[in-house]
Amino acid sequence: MASTEMFPESRYRKTEGLGVWEHRGKVAIVGLGNSPTSRRWDGTLETSLGAWTMLAAQKALDEAGITVDDVDGVIACDKGMGDDWGGDASQGRGYFEAPYDSEDGLSGVSAHWLVKNMGLKNVKMTYHAPGCLSTALVAAAQAVGDGEAHTVLVVRGTGNMPGRYHQTPGNTTGGNGQWTNPWGWQLIPQIAFGFDQYCRTYGKNHDMMAPFILNQRRNGSMFPEGFYYQNRPDDLQITAEDYLASRWICKPMNMNDCDLPIQTAGAFLFTTAERAKDMKKKPVYVLNHVTQRGVVRSSLETMAETEEFSAHIARKCYEGSGLTASEVDVFNPYDGFTLFTQWFLEGFGWHGVGKGEALDFYAGDIRVEGPHPFSSSGGNNGNGRTRWWGHYDTVQQLRGEAGDRQVQIKHETGISGAFTPGHSDWLVLGTSPD
Amino acid sequence: MGKMSPVPDEVSKPFWDACNEGKLIVQNCAGCKGNDGKDWLQHPPQAACYKCGTTENLTWKEMNGRGKIHGYSTMYDSRIRSLQEDQPFIIAVIELEDAPEIKMFSHLPGTPVDDDVPVGGTVQVEFQDTLGTEQKVAEWRVVS
Repeated sequence: MASTEMFPESRYRKTEGLGVWEHRGKVAIVGLGNSPTSRRWDGTLETSLGAWTMLAAQKALDEAGITVDDVDGVIACDKGMGDDWGGDASQGRGYFEAPYDSEDGLSGVSAHWLVKNMGLKNVKMTYHAPGCLSTALVAAAQAVGDGEAHTVLVVRGTGNMPGRYHQTPGNTTGGNGQWTNPWGWQLIPQIAFGFDQYCRTYGKNHDMMAPFILNQRRNGSMFPEGFYYQNRPDDLQITAEDYLASRWICKPMNMNDCDLPIQTAGAFLFTTAERAKDMKKKPVYVLNHVTQRGVVRSSLETMAETEEFSAHIARKCYEGSGLTASEVDVFNPYDGFTLFTQWFLEGFGWHGVGKGEALDFYAGDIRVEGPHPFSSSGGNNGNGRTRWWGHYDTVQQLRGEAGDRQVQIKHETGISGAFTPGHSDWLVLGTSPD
Repeated sequence: MGKMSPVPDEVSKPFWDACNEGKLIVQNCAGCKGNDGKDWLQHPPQAACYKCGTTENLTWKEMNGRGKIHGYSTMYDSRIRSLQEDQPFIIAVIELEDAPEIKMFSHLPGTPVDDDVPVGGTVQVEFQDTLGTEQKVAEWRVVS
């Protein structure tokens, strides 16, 4: 097999004016799989990202009732979100026997690693996608729609190695970092700054986030695949006082506004609508996919840019699917920093939420049993950082298989995406292909 | 503050050299105008004009060194190791008086870390030493 390339940029749906997606309703998600979760890798090969990605992929195949021989495409988000293992034997972190003799399978899982180690002998198409599993998901929708493959596994292992996460050492900084690192400007200050601007503009405050955080944790307590459900159920019982008392990371962002890095792997199985009819699970149809790659005017993303990026995503989602805001039942935008979720809620206008209204909306009934079950997954705040729980939940909700999380409102359409307003990928899903 | 030293590249070198000379300059495309009819300025500098995509009209324009605080956040747990000893610290966003669309960062030297950072307040540029090299960086001090 030839080496795996990145999915071509030209095939993502980035702009407005593209009309209804040409493959609307002709591609379906027919399988989900998730490995167990843990806070960090314990160093055993049985819990490596490679092993867990194969486990997740097999679960997705089992859901659909098909075998490895039915798969003809793999799209992987081949880099995890944590640090590399390093392969330094002097530090007690040497590599292992094949297939764990490099980073591939340990800190990330490539498409060709999965093909080789799962014995996917009929695969004729592989791609990689950067950043988020969301990017790989939209790539799969397009690839299946285009007929490049008919049954595609989409996988990502997202790992968390022992040790402090993503530290930046050294006294010099080049590249893009020359403009930001001397002041410590990175994603977290950007998000905190944006939320501070939001509060100043609309007269809100950080305390008003508490109902949303508590609801995310509550939804997490009903998500058996999630990290907290499996490992730290007590952390799902926090009170508003607990939330507000947690330490600042970058004020106004505190620790409970951040999702917890974890070790796990996930898999989604895509196929054609035609083939989906013969598989075990009720198909969930892809009505559109959207990619957002915002370009900022200067050194950072201003609030005006963030609001426009969010609205731009929504307009693209609606245009390509033919849906309107009032026709979206399930809505699971990324919450990996809770302080940017309001941009999505307002940008999409879900349940009529307008600019500056999200934090008041959180104070209403957003429980899954209620009339406004926002982020029914519990997101990454309620389940640990993967960036795919929103997609996972949306599929389960549309199948009517979300268990205790099942929303009580109509659940025939849904939108899910990650990661930020400036850089994210989105799926619009439906129970009907029409 | 334990600021990392920027390592200039071909595009950024004029900007950083100017900092070492106590001047604040911003890249300008002489062939373009902004929507307000004023000069087209862009920062961080790029290899081509952000608006027209060409390179031949790119030049530099000196700024008056004044700005205002657009907003800020306060860092308690930075990934940047050289800054961790100074936590918590302010990271302010400065918009230039000459070109409000241009934003730069500041630790606001002299401003206490509390909830009373004067958003909207006027700041004046100064140039600070950094840790790794002789390279200076633009910083901003509140003047009113």
